[in-house]
Amino acid sequence: MTLPSLVAAAMFVGVIIYAVCAGADFGSGFYDLTAGAGKSGAELRTLVDHSIGPVWEANHVWLIYILVMWWTGFPKAFAAAMTTLFIPLMLALTGIVLRGSSFALRKYAPTFRQARLFGAVFAGSSLITPFFFGTVVGGIASGRLPASGYGDRVGSWINPTSLVGGCLAVTTCVFLAGIFLTADAARAGDTTLGERLRRRTLAVGALSGVIVFVGLFPVLHDAPRLSRGLLHGGFPLLMVAAIAGATTLIMLYRRSYFLARCFGVAAVTAVVAGWGVGQYPWMLVDQLTIEGAAGAPSTLAALLVVVALAVVLVLPALVYLFRLSQSGQTVPTNRRSLSPTKPLATPLEAR
Amino acid sequence: MALAAASPPGLLPAREQMALSLGFHIILASFGVAFPTIIFLMHRRAIIRDDPTALRLTRRWAKVSGLLFAVGAVSGTVLSFEMGLLWPGLMGRFGDVLGVPFAIEGLSFFVEAIFLGIYLYGWDRLPPRVHLVTIVPMGVAGIVGTFCVTAVNAWMNNPTGFTLRDGVVTDVQPWRAMFNDGVWLEFLHMWVGAFMLVGLVVSGVYAAGMLRGRTDALHRLGFTVPFAVASIATLIQPFVGHMLGLQAGARQPSKLAAFELNPTTEPGPAPLKLGGVLVDGEVRWALPIPKIGSIISRNSWDAPVPGLDTVPVSDQPPVNITHLSFQLMIGIGTLLMVVVVLFWLARRRGRDPLTNRWFLRFSVLAGPLAIIALESGWTATEVGRQPWTVWQVLRTSDAASMSTGLWWSYTGVLVVYLVMSVGATVVLRSMARRWRAGDENLHSAYAPASVATDAQVEFVS
Repeated sequence: MTLPSLVAAAMFVGVIIYAVCAGADFGSGFYDLTAGAGKSGAELRTLVDHSIGPVWEANHVWLIYILVMWWTGFPKAFAAAMTTLFIPLMLALTGIVLRGSSFALRKYAPTFRQARLFGAVFAGSSLITPFFFGTVVGGIASGRLPASGYGDRVGSWINPTSLVGGCLAVTTCVFLAGIFLTADAARAGDTTLGERLRRRTLAVGALSGVIVFVGLFPVLHDAPRLSRGLLHGGFPLLMVAAIAGATTLIMLYRRSYFLARCFGVAAVTAVVAGWGVGQYPWMLVDQLTIEGAAGAPSTLAALLVVVALAVVLVLPALVYLFRLSQSGQTVPTNRRSLSPTKPLATPLEAR
Repeated sequence: MALAAASPPGLLPAREQMALSLGFHIILASFGVAFPTIIFLMHRRAIIRDDPTALRLTRRWAKVSGLLFAVGAVSGTVLSFEMGLLWPGLMGRFGDVLGVPFAIEGLSFFVEAIFLGIYLYGWDRLPPRVHLVTIVPMGVAGIVGTFCVTAVNAWMNNPTGFTLRDGVVTDVQPWRAMFNDGVWLEFLHMWVGAFMLVGLVVSGVYAAGMLRGRTDALHRLGFTVPFAVASIATLIQPFVGHMLGLQAGARQPSKLAAFELNPTTEPGPAPLKLGGVLVDGEVRWALPIPKIGSIISRNSWDAPVPGLDTVPVSDQPPVNITHLSFQLMIGIGTLLMVVVVLFWLARRRGRDPLTNRWFLRFSVLAGPLAIIALESGWTATEVGRQPWTVWQVLRTSDAASMSTGLWWSYTGVLVVYLVMSVGATVVLRSMARRWRAGDENLHSAYAPASVATDAQVEFVS
């Protein structure tokens, strides 16, 4: 593997983690938005708070990681994408700002009315952000971003592939969030809420499965290079996605929430990785390859040092945060190692 | 304004949008950098002295930091995008030269976000001492993050780590670019500035409370700890700033000339021009103080201070904004230093400045003053570097986006930031109100329990 490919792979790992972790946070907005009024709505919204509250900021940082890897490792491609995709990126950014701030503000809002206002903004912006990121991916993957930048500022993201990408991103996020929230509700012992979430998640899961495979047809016509990649190098991953996605639904139906989570994550990972493999070796499809977009080799090497640092410093802490936030809601009886009375065995202290 | 005719349509809106989002974020970033350390000191006091007042303050500040850091995380993301959206000419050509510090900053942001999550979630879940220690990575991440971000800015002032051959960037040395000659002082100046800002803003909140008669132990402690931290920063800052000013002046004579409002070179010993503006090349309404200029800007009794006539007109920065914001920063910094010294002298003599209403009134103002000083410091150094984005390498007109319609995004950013500021202010004030009313844990307004009660109340009424 060449140096640029290594850095691109490290960056793409960030894309996958962002899609899975932040995707689930964004998707929570859908359930929050449709939670309804009254006590049952309040229960669901409080569950969303507990579920994503401690982790969303850390999950969000993967986006920063992707951006800095992109502009440092592949500055030409970054500048080209930013100038052409100005509008959807600005809109996604608006969603990010409104989502993060209104989520934090809702938590401490003094009155129900204010909380409802912040909550609506949080939930709504949670859905527009993945949509616009999906259109960005569609523009890149369908070869609409000229290497010199300043391409078509509208057609680059309003086109069949982008729209499929946007819809797919939203449903995937909602599906993932549904799995996570259902599992969280079940672990907290709230069966009524868990069942409500489970039914919705099953419906969303079926819908996103349909979108993935129906969406393939417009993409086949609209993005020939990506399609060829998807049907050759990416084909095994699409199969994995299909099987894992179906298994997720079965596990969810059978209330095996742990397995549902594992397969759900695997399915989304396979879809995103399929896109990456499908457009390899292009960074901007038909316009700029990974090699062609790469910055100075010395900088790429330095980036790999930073990635290694991230693996050593960030990942153990991140795992600890996830374990802590999963362990604390109620005392889990079936998971002794995570009991709140003995949270000292952290990866950090083990070092 | 002859320059504007040849510049891309995106230049002015890009500069305005960057200034707005950076000016907004820098306040929250300062909280991200300095607030964990202040919280650590308070929390440590609570644990070591078993002090319930300190513990109450710590819990409150933790909640405030949760809110401020969330807004700071997203406003920082705006800047990451804007690097490319507004400055493609900089990022496309120099992304691989200046990017590595940004990547490391990303790491420290990660560490900060993760440990913030652990700290906020760890209340009553982690053993107290372990819980306290989880703040430490946040403070360290603040140092590293500040270093990295200012490293990029210092690189823009002192570009190194690459060679330009016929306009093509070659021989890139990212670590050399990161550890450029200007980075240490610029980092120190910003880091200390963050402590001034946060310490004085937080202590000002409690000073306002004491002015309204809430002179309990909580308010006194809530004032004193952040004020003590800010005091150290306020006393160090003039020296750091002076060193940095000397360095900037030696490297960027046009910036020094604009700082000092010198249309022509002043022979030594040069006077210091207090205030004043340049109108048609003439200095107006300035108060000259003889001989001080050489000392301040050259560290010498009789060295001449360069004027704008040493650089071509096309390379001159906007003088008046640079000069006034520079002197505003120094003026406020000096005033704050004097007041801090007076406070601790009075305490040493056994007097209690916290019973002095004039001191309390000033303390309320000190927070906003520190914010103004920080903002005007950035204005001075950024505007003073113009027309260059990268000093004598890349002009701002070549860095900016060539797209039209950027005023729309500027307007959008302005509206969103205004709404966000109003929302944050309303919620922060309501938090203080509920704490005073005894709702220490800030019960959620939409939790199942409160929704049920509200519904009952509505039903009954």
